[in-house]
Amino acid sequence: MSLNLLIVDDSAAIRKILQRVLHQAEVPLGSVYEAGDGVEALAILKENAVDLIFSDINMPNMDGIQLLTQLRASDTWKNVPVVMITTEGSQAKVLEAAQLGASGYLKKPFTPDQIKDKIAGLV
Amino acid sequence: MTNGIGHEALAQMIRTATDDVFGTMLGMTLKPEAPYIEHVPPEHFDGVVSFIGMAGTWAGTGSICCSSQFACRLSGNFLMTELTEVDEQVLDAIGELTNMILGNVKNEVELQLGPMGLSIPTVIHGQNFAARSLGRDAWTVVPFWSGEDRLEVKMCLTAKDHLPHEGGSPRTRAFILP
Repeated sequence: MSLNLLIVDDSAAIRKILQRVLHQAEVPLGSVYEAGDGVEALAILKENAVDLIFSDINMPNMDGIQLLTQLRASDTWKNVPVVMITTEGSQAKVLEAAQLGASGYLKKPFTPDQIKDKIAGLV
Repeated sequence: MTNGIGHEALAQMIRTATDDVFGTMLGMTLKPEAPYIEHVPPEHFDGVVSFIGMAGTWAGTGSICCSSQFACRLSGNFLMTELTEVDEQVLDAIGELTNMILGNVKNEVELQLGPMGLSIPTVIHGQNFAARSLGRDAWTVVPFWSGEDRLEVKMCLTAKDHLPHEGGSPRTRAFILP
């Protein structure tokens, strides 16, 4: 089964690197959508079905926490797994994301094996 | 000790975070040089400089600087592509490296100094420009080498009640010299 993914990060570099790491991890990919912030992510989700979302926390316009809040409040997207990828390693941020319904948490820098393990536990 | 942690301890955090990010994301090992304390910033600079702010009970600024040529090489390794001039891709990649390295330093620092928020990085590219932080505290500077190329990772921290203005991180200004 190939996965349709949405990568949400304000850094184009990280979006590109994450796709490269997913290929290195031999994750079977279908469509991969990219968004620069939460607003763009919601617009993409309205048009496309995805199996998994990777989202940064610190972003302009709508950050990862705000995006997660909207997704979990929606009947359509409340069950889509969301993995937060960020440098924000503080316990408070991790706890906040977990309480809001994040499915996992990955700290930058990340390795292909870490990505693979995270996905294997979710889909 | 002027930064609440000690310059040596902060330098070690910078070295660890830089090694981790370069080893994991760029497949590169940098050679560290002895850290030093910077009281007076360089008169002028050519190349790429990035800044990221931190704010909490303590506030600070982290910075990375290197030549344009090295910024292209680092970004090329990061993105696995050849980059020969500083463009949007290079600025974005250097901003993300700054976010990762100094974000991880912040994660260690806040274990001792309390929670801090992290700003979105700012990256500047140019020739003959100067950058100043309006805080009065010294910077802990850790130089690294990759062949003939030099990279500096530096950080300053200030107790919030010592800041020259109310709240936030020390403000940083960059200006082009005549």
